[in-house]
Amino acid sequence: MALRRQNIFDARWLGLLCSCLLVLTGRSAFGQDGGEMRRIADIFAPLSRPSEMILEPTVLVLLTSLGIFLVVFFLLAYVVWKFRRKGPDDDIHEPPQIYGSNNIELAWTVIPCLIVFVLVLVTARSIVEIQNAPMPDDAVKVRLVGHQWWWEIHYPDLGIVTANEIHVPVSKRDGKRRPTAITLESADVIHSFWVPQLAGKTDLIPNRANRTWIEPFQTGTFFGNCAEYCGTQHANMLLRVIVQEPEEFDRWVASQKQKPAAPASALAIQGKADFDAISCINCHSVDGTVADGVFGPDLSKLMVRQTIGAGVAPLNSETLRAWLVDPQAMKPGCNMPDMKLTKPQLDSIVAYLETLK
Amino acid sequence: MSQEITIDENFRMPPPEKVGQEPGSLTSIVQNLIFTVDHKKLGLMYIGSGLLFFVLAGSLAALMRIQLAIPENKFLAPDTFNQIFTMHGTTMVFLVGMPIIFGFANYLVPLMIGARDMAFPRLNAFGFWIFFFSGLLLYFSYLGAPGIYGAGSAPDVGWFAYSPLTAKAFSRGHSTDYWTISLLLGGVGSVATSINILVTIFCLRCKGMTLGKMPLFVWMNLVMVFLVILALPCLSACQIMISLDRYLGANFFDTQAGGSATLWQHFFWIFGHPEVYVLIMPAFAIASEVIPVFSRKPIFGYPVMVAASVSIGFISLGVWAHHMLCIGMTALGNTFFVISTLLVAIPTGIKIFNWLGTMYGGKIRLELPMLFCIMFLFQFLIAGLTGVMLAVAPFNWQLSDSYFVVAHFHYVLIGGLLFTIFAGIYYWYPKAFGRMLDTRLGMAHLVLFTIGFHVTFLPQHFLGFLGMPRRIYTYQADRGWDLWNFVSTIGVIFQAIGLLFFVANLIYSYWRGRKAGDDPWDAWTLEWATTSPPQEYNFAELPTVRSRRPLWDAKHPDDPDWKHE
Repeated sequence: MALRRQNIFDARWLGLLCSCLLVLTGRSAFGQDGGEMRRIADIFAPLSRPSEMILEPTVLVLLTSLGIFLVVFFLLAYVVWKFRRKGPDDDIHEPPQIYGSNNIELAWTVIPCLIVFVLVLVTARSIVEIQNAPMPDDAVKVRLVGHQWWWEIHYPDLGIVTANEIHVPVSKRDGKRRPTAITLESADVIHSFWVPQLAGKTDLIPNRANRTWIEPFQTGTFFGNCAEYCGTQHANMLLRVIVQEPEEFDRWVASQKQKPAAPASALAIQGKADFDAISCINCHSVDGTVADGVFGPDLSKLMVRQTIGAGVAPLNSETLRAWLVDPQAMKPGCNMPDMKLTKPQLDSIVAYLETLK
Repeated sequence: MSQEITIDENFRMPPPEKVGQEPGSLTSIVQNLIFTVDHKKLGLMYIGSGLLFFVLAGSLAALMRIQLAIPENKFLAPDTFNQIFTMHGTTMVFLVGMPIIFGFANYLVPLMIGARDMAFPRLNAFGFWIFFFSGLLLYFSYLGAPGIYGAGSAPDVGWFAYSPLTAKAFSRGHSTDYWTISLLLGGVGSVATSINILVTIFCLRCKGMTLGKMPLFVWMNLVMVFLVILALPCLSACQIMISLDRYLGANFFDTQAGGSATLWQHFFWIFGHPEVYVLIMPAFAIASEVIPVFSRKPIFGYPVMVAASVSIGFISLGVWAHHMLCIGMTALGNTFFVISTLLVAIPTGIKIFNWLGTMYGGKIRLELPMLFCIMFLFQFLIAGLTGVMLAVAPFNWQLSDSYFVVAHFHYVLIGGLLFTIFAGIYYWYPKAFGRMLDTRLGMAHLVLFTIGFHVTFLPQHFLGFLGMPRRIYTYQADRGWDLWNFVSTIGVIFQAIGLLFFVANLIYSYWRGRKAGDDPWDAWTLEWATTSPPQEYNFAELPTVRSRRPLWDAKHPDDPDWKHE
């Protein structure tokens, strides 16, 4: 165990080095609610298991490969330099004709075999440790359903439905461990869950329930993408995982469980009537109202989210309005049609949606 | 029912050139190309049309790099971008890689084994033309593919077209059908040509050329065609099943009707991974001819090289699911494919060391074919090592379907295959056209293309480390991907200029190149015993060989190879 810790520690140093080299333009900022924005999804800077566990074999295979590369590269360079044709004199006689050597062949067969053997053992151990990691009973359970081009998120034990932003509690290395067990499904085509600083990829495949898990040790908003090509807007199928202190997470859970308050202002009341009357409710749900569509994201707590359109833009009054004016302009090809709202409808529906928090 | 046959005394066969047009006119050249069954002409036609498609698919790649040069670029619409990467990948694998390697095999295998032609010359022509028309059909989707969704709908499902994205529900119109039928046809051509090459190698070797005395080029092409014959029918089966799904409701892959999405992946990659070795085996083949000749030594460890090639072929049939390590297989399943994949590294490593062993102690002539092969060794070393990394499943979970993978397979297919194809063209152009390619233009090509290649693809490894998935048409500015994407796009400019020098060289040297003579490189295999270009019948008298280097024996009667083998 002590040895493993040591490995992780070394890996962090390497990761830090790689990050410094790679992220010349890296920026991070504090958002309003999501804690630190961890936009640079650097696999060498994992802040969660299993990404930390992945880094161990990663560093091993990187260093091994680097070693092999240096040896063979210098061998190649040496051979080319040493045995190059030096002048016309070299053309008079052919060099000694050597046809092979069993001993040498044996040597460069055995050495790669040994390297492969070591890599296989390390990899097999790592695969089993990550894939078969036991989940405690109090692990947060999330059911993630991929759609063309957004993420539907369920907390079956908590009765919460949301979209595109997964909230999870942080784990303490020396205290309370609270991993999150994620079940992955798809409503249409294959998608893939990938938040590099938290976990490697696992695909969301229709007719199949895959599993993955995360156990973040740092708070903040982690960025990820759909990593399996899934059609027109694959690029804008973005995912955020918001890791919070346990108390903060519990507050979020409590607020999500409450039904949204009925709209108070006259404009918002009109907006709710418009929302329920035109076809918004065919696809979207709002808790406690007639809206119970399932084709689009649940809007019950819309305004708590950071983004709109599965990450295509930050969510605020202007972007919400722009989205309603023409979703196809912001996210061409997405499945929400241009609803051709009139100006009064637009004003009222925006006012109503802004009450959903 | 016997009938008396009378001979018309006045009848004369018209001389052949009068049948069509005057010799040298455009129509006669075209007729010549269409009617020919000569393996050398068909070989050149394969390579030529492969290069044409290469220019096309390369231009598509340039469009993609322009789109990705800066974040949130509006240069291409999302659907256009998705069509472009699908067409780029499909073209490069099936309409560039396959025809060019078949072209080399077609041209060189009969010459190297001392035969007059392929075993089935007409099947050979059939194979070429069906490939060519399958390519035209694929590109016709840009003009045709009509239907309620309008013209111009090229396929946009990616070159491995994962189900259920190809189901009617998600791929409307006919774009996917163009992809399906084009690959089905192309597959028929590839299998036909492979059977032809196989039979040629087994039945038409000249006297004295036992399997153990075949040039390594022929051996590696033998492994290649075996893989094509074993693997390509899986792809054809895929295409038939997906067509049945789309039009007859077969529901093999239609998840909404209880089909399996992963079944497609298994079928596709059982073809798809051997396909990678189909494409790299000819690269090994060319390197195994060029490196010995320019090092002035026989290949180091011929039997081991053959054994390594054959075992790579065998192992490659059992590694397919390493493309699927993220689909949620069991730990045991994942481990199995990790082991089989890492095993490939052993024979591949042996090959690299054997090439180095060949160069060691030689007198290396650093001419263009050799320089391209040295760059191949360097780049293939990197490609092989990133391949080993990707075989380590946990690493793969992070980096599969990321730009790291994009970088990896471009190092394999450009750094490995394309560089040896260039080496092969510089090496055998004098044989095919009787003139040397120009050295200065060639050096410009080498330097610019090598720089461009590394500037484009090296940074893509870093993009993968930073979490950039492949096949995205746009990205936001704050993810740390701007710099390396911009650098990557700059590299394309160098590659394009390098290729211009190459094309200019091909054209310029055809008329103005230095006369080559029959054996400009002082080489050892039988093709150099023919005239440049070879006569239609190749050899006036079929040769007899006693060793792997018949021309060495002829040039060094005092110390022939057969005394040592």
